[in-house]
Amino acid sequence: MKIIRTALAAFLLLIACRLSAQELVVPYEQFTLPNGLNVILHKDNTIPRVTVNMWYHVGSGSEKPGRTGFAHLFEHILFEGSQHVPEGKFDQWLEAAGADNNGSTMEDRTNYYENLPSNALDLALFLESDRMGFLTQSLKPTTVDGQRDVVKNERRQSYENRPYGKASLELPPLLYPKDHPYSWTVIGSMEDLSAASHQDVVDFFTTYYAPGNASLSIAGDIDLKATRGAIEKWFHDVPAGKPVAKVNPPAAVLTEEKRVVMEDKVQLPRIMMVWLTPAAYTPGNAEMDLVGNLLSSGKNSRLYKKLVYELQVAQNVFAYQDSKKFASEFYIVATARPGVSLDKLEQVIQEEIDKLKNEGPAEREMQRVKNLYEAGFMRQNESAGNKADQLNNYYYYTGNPDYFNEDLQRYKAVGSSDISSAVRKYLGNNARVIMSIVPEGKTELAPTKLAPKN
Amino acid sequence: MKKLTILYSLLLISAVAVAQAPDRSAPPALGKAKNLQLPAIQKFTLSNGLSVVLMEKHSVPLVQVNLLLQTGSFDDPAGKEGLASIAMDLLDEGAGEYDALQLADEIEFLGAQIGTFSRAFSSEIDCSTPVSKLDNALKLMSTMVLKPAFAEAELERVRKLRLNGLLTTYDEPVQIASRAYNRLLFGEDTPYGRFANEQSIRGYAKSDLESFHQRNFVTGNCTLIIVGDVTKDSVTPLLEKYFAALPAGAITNAAKPTPKQVKGRTIFLVDKPGAAQSVIRIGKIGTSRGDVAYNDIVIMNTILGGSFASRLNTNLREEHGYSYGANSGFSFWPVAGPFTASSSVQTDVTGPALGEFFIEFKKMLAPIPETDLNRGKNYTALGYAGDFETNGQIAGALAELVMFQLPDNYFNSYVEKALAVNKKGVEAAAKKYITPQNMLIVVVGDRAKIEEGIKKLNLGKINVLSIEDVLGKKPQL
Repeated sequence: MKIIRTALAAFLLLIACRLSAQELVVPYEQFTLPNGLNVILHKDNTIPRVTVNMWYHVGSGSEKPGRTGFAHLFEHILFEGSQHVPEGKFDQWLEAAGADNNGSTMEDRTNYYENLPSNALDLALFLESDRMGFLTQSLKPTTVDGQRDVVKNERRQSYENRPYGKASLELPPLLYPKDHPYSWTVIGSMEDLSAASHQDVVDFFTTYYAPGNASLSIAGDIDLKATRGAIEKWFHDVPAGKPVAKVNPPAAVLTEEKRVVMEDKVQLPRIMMVWLTPAAYTPGNAEMDLVGNLLSSGKNSRLYKKLVYELQVAQNVFAYQDSKKFASEFYIVATARPGVSLDKLEQVIQEEIDKLKNEGPAEREMQRVKNLYEAGFMRQNESAGNKADQLNNYYYYTGNPDYFNEDLQRYKAVGSSDISSAVRKYLGNNARVIMSIVPEGKTELAPTKLAPKN
Repeated sequence: MKKLTILYSLLLISAVAVAQAPDRSAPPALGKAKNLQLPAIQKFTLSNGLSVVLMEKHSVPLVQVNLLLQTGSFDDPAGKEGLASIAMDLLDEGAGEYDALQLADEIEFLGAQIGTFSRAFSSEIDCSTPVSKLDNALKLMSTMVLKPAFAEAELERVRKLRLNGLLTTYDEPVQIASRAYNRLLFGEDTPYGRFANEQSIRGYAKSDLESFHQRNFVTGNCTLIIVGDVTKDSVTPLLEKYFAALPAGAITNAAKPTPKQVKGRTIFLVDKPGAAQSVIRIGKIGTSRGDVAYNDIVIMNTILGGSFASRLNTNLREEHGYSYGANSGFSFWPVAGPFTASSSVQTDVTGPALGEFFIEFKKMLAPIPETDLNRGKNYTALGYAGDFETNGQIAGALAELVMFQLPDNYFNSYVEKALAVNKKGVEAAAKKYITPQNMLIVVVGDRAKIEEGIKKLNLGKINVLSIEDVLGKKPQL
């Protein structure tokens, strides 16, 4: 991502993207250009602003071992100019028009967006089409080198110079089989970043940055007919690319409990328990989102109430799902108070999981969690920019941009017994990763429980 | 059907023929800009004299209701740092007939959010609710406002959370830099240079919170700010029902001292062994929100470090790759707030990076090219409408209107004023505030690796501090 959000904000955005709408109407138009680019338009004239949002259906999952971090490095390079946009001008021209812009890379996709006054739409279309169609002609090795250094600093700032940051870097290879697309981090390793060459960048672009592998979503103060005309004009000379090979990973299944202890410059020990759960929008996925909220959203949630409020053994606790195309991960993360061992945290967390396995939540509890979801989604859709991204999100994962009400149904349909059934199925004791982070020299604070024999 | 098919094909061909290869020789010109025209700001008072500021917005069925108090953390007495913050925090830990858990359950069941917090000069209770749940949401909000319980058990629980939170700052380089910077810039004899510490956190008593509440929650210190899917007629009966009981009264907070300006250039190096990056803060005292040159200063800062294409970011990130980002900013307070330039840079280039900051400061004193001026003005002016999209954003802008007594037409006339800023004004602002010879410099990083590089710059005397020098002795918990 060009400008970092804090980890918490990123996590909230992640959750928000999976939420649903209460009777939300998001009318849109959709069409495909001759070169294969999918286009979605949504009109919202509340304020004279528009968001142009482009998804490329490539992410870190398309990388190869030895070139990890590449999709994200490439995202950075995309802001550095194209054949008709000299280096530095991308941001300067947009700022001079009153626009801000950014992008982000994840495992499954890379997105780019501009938030602009509506009179600057043509500028954004010019810039997006130019970097889609004409990037490599002007790309210099020095540009790759420069962004390589920026990305390494992003890695330092977001992970290495942050308490508990390094643990996130260790988890992917523990969760996924070797060579699985999710078995490395999006940010990549320092060695692989150093190894990325100018030719690698050109090859990556030619392979993945084709209009047929992308979707353009525009939401805001637009005239539908004029906007369609402008898109057809600006993307007219962007050549169709070659078909893109689909990522086809082996199934990701954990077959044992793995326990790892890390030391870090932290004051308080932290435990991270991670399971693999159903992929985005597949059966079981909505249930697990609700399990996350039941466990840690609000004072009355199971884990917060027990660990932070009643026993006061944890400083904080978070339970949430990170949903992706081929698999999702479910996290329970708890930070111990001074003098509390991670044994205690693990024991209480296990007790609460077992309670949910045996008995689903009461009716009011279920309704509370669902009400929060619905209201949260209404808030999400106050912003045209969020809507533009959500349309692209639904299109990518389900093929249908207007999946808002179907998405809501996934959550509304979940009953109490579905919750306990999902917890039994997906939060087992014998297929998970337990990562403990302890202050340097304090490994005795790690949980002492051995991995189960069976 | 053949006729129809031919007709359809002809239409298709003609549609395709219209699109031609675009002219990429220059970026396209911008269309005609649309003005920001916000709905009217409606001001009225309730029967108890409580001021209400309302803007209707019917695009989504949501309402934002914020109670703004003009008392903040900088009003905390010495020795009770963090009091405003914890008093506001405790408002949702039980009120009226609801204990902490019941209150949370009631709010969440509505799908509402009610947040409480304090800032430097003000505090707020912010409620976001679907309009269909407004009555119940206001009932809960007003109960928190009028009858907070401040239960001893909850105070103890929150006190422990805060003490543990204090402990974690010892590992957070950004937090350490921020506290060091404020303390050194303002001095511990001003509220601006103090922060919650072990003594003050251990010291809050229930009576302190009750006094805070009794003193500050009076009509003369409060304003209700409402943005969303209501009208004056639909919302007033509810406001009367739930907030007319707020006691009438006025308070005067102690006058805030005027910060003393930085003299000379000193470097404070806070040692954090093993740090992957150095956190840099450079600055001085800026100016207050009421400064007549406000727009000139904002645009001058945009050019220096207030956007991605700004000079500091272009230098440190794009040209040198020293950092993930660099920026600068003015805090516009009721009194003069700080001007601060910041970045987190790779440890082994800390010296050179610090040098680049000063190269950019000196450059700001030269005549400013038209392209920089236009980019700075346009980014600020033409992007302005983007700050008024959601109910929450607009409510925040209205809070600023109230706090600084801005005229009602301030937002609608801002773009025009920003575009009227000229080269002379921006250059004058640069000369006044970007003073390379008089700056405070704070660096939090690995002393063994960075001290030599900083010495080479000959920027000034280097004072080395430990983390405990900055934060105080680590609490034993």
